[in-house]
Formats: sequence, structure tokens, C-alpha cells
Amino acid sequence: MIRVELPPHLRRLVRVEAEICLDVPGAVTQRSVLDALETSYPVLLGTIRDHTTKQRRPFLRFFACQEDLSQDLPDALLPDAVARGDEPFMVVGALAGG
Amino acid sequence: MSGVRVLVGTRKGAFLLTSDGKRSKWEVSGPHFGGWEIYHLKGSPADPNRLYASQSSGWFGQMIQRSSDAGKTWEPVGNKFSYDGVPGTHQWYDGTPHPWEFKRVWHLEPSATDPDTVYAGVEDAGLFRTTDGGLTWQEVSGLRGHGSGPRWAPGAGGLCLHTILMDPQDDGRMIVAISAAGAFRTDDGGQTWRPINRGLVSQHIPNPTAEVGHCVHRIAMHPSRPNVLFMQKHWDVMRSDDGGGEWREVSGNLPSDFGFTIDVHAHEPDTVYVVPIKSDGEHYPPDGKLRVYRSRTGGNEWEALTNGLPQQDCYVNVLRNAMAVDALESCGVYFGTTGGQVYGSPDAGNTWAPIVRDLPAVLSVEVQTLP
Repeated sequence: MIRVELPPHLRRLVRVEAEICLDVPGAVTQRSVLDALETSYPVLLGTIRDHTTKQRRPFLRFFACQEDLSQDLPDALLPDAVARGDEPFMVVGALAGG
Repeated sequence: MSGVRVLVGTRKGAFLLTSDGKRSKWEVSGPHFGGWEIYHLKGSPADPNRLYASQSSGWFGQMIQRSSDAGKTWEPVGNKFSYDGVPGTHQWYDGTPHPWEFKRVWHLEPSATDPDTVYAGVEDAGLFRTTDGGLTWQEVSGLRGHGSGPRWAPGAGGLCLHTILMDPQDDGRMIVAISAAGAFRTDDGGQTWRPINRGLVSQHIPNPTAEVGHCVHRIAMHPSRPNVLFMQKHWDVMRSDDGGGEWREVSGNLPSDFGFTIDVHAHEPDTVYVVPIKSDGEHYPPDGKLRVYRSRTGGNEWEALTNGLPQQDCYVNVLRNAMAVDALESCGVYFGTTGGQVYGSPDAGNTWAPIVRDLPAVLSVEVQTLP
């Protein structure tokens, strides 16, 4: 199972209080994880990635295993620790005031 | 008429304020959608339990929330707002072309007859419509595509379509306002549009009387007399007696004719309310006194309404969507401030009292008069 950690605004939107665990078929990449996340929680469509282009929204970042993966290609493999479920894939709101 | 429900959108959530017809004791519900910007909420005239809310965030984008039980519970509905075709460009602040990009929904206007039909005014300026309760949204593309779009430019708040007025006597007629483009009217249900800005004078554009480019802040209409429109422009309070065909200034004796919001008494079509703001560079009331100004003559002659409002050291703003009236026999008037106060007057503005004092900055106020 892939563990996904959402920022508080999105946790409230999907009404979960902790991490989300997902079955992700095939290669574990940003795209496959986010596809599985949006399939399980359609309310997240458009909140992390653009509806049409699927590009990451500009004020969001992706972290895992203490690394910033925001600039990685969507089909790059995520770290093994994420694929094994040892570490979460983190969607993080940029620290930009608010 | 048994009571009122005031729908308040703020920088950090939505609040519902309810009272009986006396409007002296209030119940406060919220924050709903805490932490999100709520640019606007509005109830369906056809079903007062049906509410819609525009929920947005610079981080997470746009959501639309719908309630079918008067705000007790909410469900997210469709949030995909795609412009028709290739969106093209509008002017940027410096006059250069800038691509059209959806940012947020500023205004939701439910149909008078169908709870599932709603219009949405968005930034970058465009008009969308749903006929399935918000699940899907389609652009009313005749507005953006009628030809003047490349000359529209954003105001300080963005290139936003913030006012949607439906003519209660003519199904085909609708008026919208865009900052900073101006006012536009359709007479055929949204198929074709034309600018209705003759008589407006704006010094921030190269030709002050141009067909488009005016920073209209808000337009109000009385349902019994839809040809008469009142406008708070960036500067100037304006009036039209022919559905926007021609405008004339009615600022009269106001201490400042800059401001954002404007509304009309529920039962007196010539009684108009504005909140003068000192200037476009100083978004607070003149002299530190929060005063609503009322004209009982359709403009030009204005009286200050101060009873119950702070008259010293007050430097809040009242934004364009943040004033509304109820339809009780003694018309109630309500407005919210960027300081988080929502003031109400149960007697058409003669006396005021805060309903709540310490909300996040108020972006919008709407009122439902409950049966």
C-alpha cells in the first residue's frame, strides 16, 4: 500500500484525519499515485493538479524521504521506501503566507 | 416572512447568521470550510434550502459547495471551469497581452425559478452556467467572445466578473459587470452581448470615454424597475434609466464617490445605499468614520447614516459583494467589513448594530428572507 499525506485543507475536504493508503497498480510514480488518489477521492480533481494539463499546481510541492520531488518528471519512479509503504508521499502546501 | 439568513463569505471560511423577523438576536454558524477563501455564497430564490458557495484557495484552486438543507451539510460539486476554445489574451496591467487563465469564482447567481441552474462569474473574466446543480459548468462564451475581450484589463483585485443581474421581467436579459472592462448586457439569454458603458468617464484609460476598460465595482437593480440601474464605479456613482444604454453621474454630495458596494432598498426603488471610501489608494472611510450613505431620490442627494456605526478611528473597507438587503416589511440592510464586522440595520439604515464583530475579513454578504 502506498501512503499519501495530504495538507490539512485537503484532509478536511476528503474528510480523513490521517494518512491515506492506496493500492497503486504498476510502477509507483507521481502520476500513478495521484491518479489512484483522484480515483479514490474525485473531490481532489483540480486541487493538486490542473484538471486538463495534469501539471502540479504552482503552490504545491511533493516531498518524500526528506527529498523535494516537485521538479521530478511525473513518470519518474518514486523512492523504493515509498513504493514499499515505509515512507509517505507528501503533498505539501508551499510556505507562502496566507 | 418569518426571518432572515445572512450568508457571509470571508477570507477564512463561511458563516451563516440567522434571526427571526425582529433581527435583534442572532445565531452564528461557522466557520464552514475553515481556512478557505469564500468569495461568495448565495441561496436559490426557488428553494431557500439550496445554497451554493464558492470556495477557493491560492494553493488548491476552486471548489463549489452545495447545500440542500440550508447550510447544515454541504457537498462539493463540479469545479472544472474550462473556457470555450482557445481563450486568447486580455491586457495585462501594463497593456501587454496576457493569456486568459481561470483563477476563481467571484459570484454565484442562482436562477429565480430553477434551483439547479446557476450562473458563475469568474476571474479571469468569464460567465459560466450549470443546469445540473453545479456538477458541470459550461461557459456562456458569447460574452468573452463578443470582440472587446482583448481590451479588458484587470483591476487591483484581478480581471473579475463580479456582478450578475437577471431581469425579473425579461427572461432573455442579463447584465454583468467586469473590473476593469465595464458593464455588458444580453437580451437573448446570453447568445449575444454588447458593452453598456456610454456616459462612464474613467481617467485610468487612455480614452476616458472608451467603449470598454472601465473599472465598474458593482451594479444594483430593483426588481420592480429593472431598467433603472445604479453603479458604484472605481470613482463615481452612476445611474442609468434605460438598462445601461446611457449613464449619468449621481454622486452629488457624497464625501467621496470612490467605493465598492451599492444596493437598493427592497421596497423603495429610489432608495440607494453606498459606503464611500476615501480613495483608490486609501481603502478606508473618509475621516475614520464608517458611514453608509442613503439617497431617497435615486441619487445626487445623500444623507449619512451613522447611528450605531463607529465614528472615529475606523479604517476598514467594505468590498463590492459585501452589502445586501432583506425583504421584510421594514427593510433590513447588512454589510461586512475587512475588519470582520457584519453590521445590520432592521430599519432601512436608520440604526445599526454589529451582528458579529470578529470574523476574518468579509468578502461577501447575501441575505435570504425566509418564509
